[in-house]
Amino acid sequence: MPMNVEREIAVDYLARVEGEGAMYLKLKGDEVLDLKFKIFEPPRFFEAFLRGRRFSEAPDITARICGICPIAYQTSACNAMESAGGVQLTGGLRALRRLIYCGEWVESHALHVYFLHAPDFLGYDNAIAMAADFPEQVQMGLRLKKIGNQIMSLIGGREIHPINIRVGGFYRVPTKKELETLVPDLEWALEAAVATTRWVSGLPFPEFERDYEFVALQHPDEYAIHEGRIVSNRGLDISVDEWGDHFEESHVSWSNALHSRRKGGGAYHLGPMARYSLNSEQLTPVARKAAQEAGLGSRCKNPFRSIVVRAVEIAFACEEALRLIDGYTQPDAPSIEVEPRNVVGHGASEAPRGTLYHRYALDSGGLITEAHIVPPTSQNQLSIEDDLRAYVVGRTQLTDDQLQWQLEQAIRCYDPCISCATHFLDLTVERE
Amino acid sequence: MSSLKPRLAVWKFASCDGCQLTLLDAEDHLLEVAGAIEIAYFPEATRGEIDGPYDLSLVEGSITTPHDAERIMSVREMSKTVVTIGACATAGGIQALRNWENVDEFLTIVYAQPQYIETLATSTPISDHIHVDFELRGCPISKYQLLEVIDAFLHRRKPNIPRHSVCVECKLRGTNCVMVAQGIPCMGPITQAGCGAICPAYDRGCYGCYGPSQSPNVDSLAAWWRGLGVPDVDLVRALRTFNAYAPEFREASDAYER
Repeated sequence: MPMNVEREIAVDYLARVEGEGAMYLKLKGDEVLDLKFKIFEPPRFFEAFLRGRRFSEAPDITARICGICPIAYQTSACNAMESAGGVQLTGGLRALRRLIYCGEWVESHALHVYFLHAPDFLGYDNAIAMAADFPEQVQMGLRLKKIGNQIMSLIGGREIHPINIRVGGFYRVPTKKELETLVPDLEWALEAAVATTRWVSGLPFPEFERDYEFVALQHPDEYAIHEGRIVSNRGLDISVDEWGDHFEESHVSWSNALHSRRKGGGAYHLGPMARYSLNSEQLTPVARKAAQEAGLGSRCKNPFRSIVVRAVEIAFACEEALRLIDGYTQPDAPSIEVEPRNVVGHGASEAPRGTLYHRYALDSGGLITEAHIVPPTSQNQLSIEDDLRAYVVGRTQLTDDQLQWQLEQAIRCYDPCISCATHFLDLTVERE
Repeated sequence: MSSLKPRLAVWKFASCDGCQLTLLDAEDHLLEVAGAIEIAYFPEATRGEIDGPYDLSLVEGSITTPHDAERIMSVREMSKTVVTIGACATAGGIQALRNWENVDEFLTIVYAQPQYIETLATSTPISDHIHVDFELRGCPISKYQLLEVIDAFLHRRKPNIPRHSVCVECKLRGTNCVMVAQGIPCMGPITQAGCGAICPAYDRGCYGCYGPSQSPNVDSLAAWWRGLGVPDVDLVRALRTFNAYAPEFREASDAYER
């Protein structure tokens, strides 16, 4: 390829991501003239129409932001309302909230590992085509996903937009016996997740590492899923209600989702690699061993290897689910009373793709006067663009088709949920 | 080599992705479906694309932008049969709450640079824009009903999707009426069945995910709710969620707002 020729690579509709996104790259020789990860998913204005709704409606309404990770939305919304009301779930209620979240991690990660990401490494357009040559793996992926969904259905009533989550707990809590019906499948799933980790760790990964600021929740007693403090590998350590003091958002013309950055800093990276790099010491034993055998080390800085971390997190979620079921005592009441009034509440949790932050202001009647929702994919946009820019360097000799596919793959490493990213954002900062 | 199997396309408009995910959630049947149908266009699942025309198009999401209002026309042109799936596609979805408000105000609440955003003042169902062969309701849709619709299409028969209310499903399931027995406000009497009456089985009132049932008697329900001490403003809120713009719910919510 002659050095001074300008080339354009445009993907108008990214495949195997959730929602509508595109990518644009303009090169001159080895130089990147322009690069954009575009989100054109139409805005749905959740933050606007949440105004005037009751605090208790937020979990069911915000679940509809994303069909892939509704539990994340419901949990972050409940956390915000409960912290506003000055209550905290304990005992069996807390265990159930964490358990259903484990189900979402298994379901979402299995979908991504087997259906959205693995086909890239093996050169297939999709998992159904891959199934012709890798039938056992695809069957395993389908069954893993189904087991994640079973946890969600048993506790939540159904897997997409579960109906049993409310501020303060649940409408009905399962008996221990009901939960124990999940055990045989979860035991199989744990083994399958270890096998998955082994399989994906042998996929061909490009040599590519970046020095990220990883941001994730952290909890003193456990690998954080549904609550914790917000920490980073560069010294950030804040409570969730300090989010606005440390992060800011801006609106760029090529995206219907706001870009986030650290105040006074730059891009940061959310999701499995961030959680693993910050909290891997707290993984359950089988998951930790699987990670070691996969050669992950204490940090993972190659985004293409995030597929391995996801597999490890599936193993963790299965092991943790088994532990939670074993220790479960059915609570006396399905929920505790919460009546937040004239107050602002903040909540966060670890959606499969990273930290999801909610903030609500409530009036004296418990009606929402302001809502602010910051999904992980909008926070990862800058990091995705930085990755793409760095990845192109030294690879401009690739043909347009090769380069395009590899860059698409680089975006899919983030398991971007564009449906989520677009629907929010309350915004204060505009940058030049 | 071109396959003789019917070609399926899956399209997305403004939505949460949950209804198309339902197809992938049919874990036990997915490979079977893929054996009977050629998945020709389904960007959430595949990078490959086979050009139209398509025998069956499943459409998720509502129309909220000028570009999407044009795109849905071309979907119709390319498709022998169009089936809309989910509350967004069949009723405008939760984002249709903008239809009662000033969308310019919404834009400035959410975005710093409203001029970057192209949006319509309304969110409308697909059937407001093109002829639709069948509407499958739900927020989200039921995977069993989705498989039923695909199967019906493959065998050229009418899908067996009942339009009766959630109450019938509670009776079939053996769930005691939560409104009568526990005094919990429930939308079941005016909401179409299909979910399996999950909420009452979890000691919760139905909240209307499947939209209005056939000939819903909202006035009777309103009288019941008043009897339980629920103010009309809460009935209006309950009607204005995921199926707010479905005609029966829309008209009732407007009437009780006055």
